[in-house]
Amino acid sequence: MSRLTHCPLLTVHTGTATIAGSKGRKRGADVRRRVLAAGMLAGAAAALSGCISVKAPDKPIVIELNINIKQEVVYRLAGDASQTIDKNKDIF
Amino acid sequence: MARTTAFSALIAAAVALPLVAAPVAALAQRDPAYAAARAAGQVGEKMDGYLGYVTPPNPALKAVVDDINLKRRAVYSEKAQAQKATVEEYAFTSGCLLIAQTQPGEKYQAPNGTWQTRTSAPPQRDSRCL
Repeated sequence: MSRLTHCPLLTVHTGTATIAGSKGRKRGADVRRRVLAAGMLAGAAAALSGCISVKAPDKPIVIELNINIKQEVVYRLAGDASQTIDKNKDIF
Repeated sequence: MARTTAFSALIAAAVALPLVAAPVAALAQRDPAYAAARAAGQVGEKMDGYLGYVTPPNPALKAVVDDINLKRRAVYSEKAQAQKATVEEYAFTSGCLLIAQTQPGEKYQAPNGTWQTRTSAPPQRDSRCL
């Protein structure tokens, strides 16, 4: 019972699955409906309890490409880049 | 006969040398419009290794600066390939150096994206710059 306070979604699903196994195939559809209802109930319970919910952000995600450049790459290229600048003074 | 050939080769070289040297000398200098815009703070060095407009440019200046940025990109691409790096990496590294080389009074882009005027103090640069 104490598990319910953590996240009811997991506990309810486990319980209903056991019923489906013992009652056999004939009542499969009925059980499935029950599982679905239990799931929905669990979802509602999850919203009320301490479960973490994930929402899609309302703003587009912007990824700054510069972040991918690492300092070691800058270190490796600095010498060559310095020469390039010196040899092309008209465009720098 | 051999001496005549050598002599004429020397003459040919002497004639050809200024022809080869002249374009190189011309290339080594900044376009006057670019140099003036740079000194006036109309264009500045961006963090990404390209020139940016601090104030809206007139069409003539825009043509010159856009052309320079295209040439820069071509040079960065070629050199990056030789160094097995990406164009962005090579351009960013160049940007670090170009910002460091700005003269007092010239504009550069700070890590927060704002345009800053270079003073005698070191410029504000990205933490990855050396």
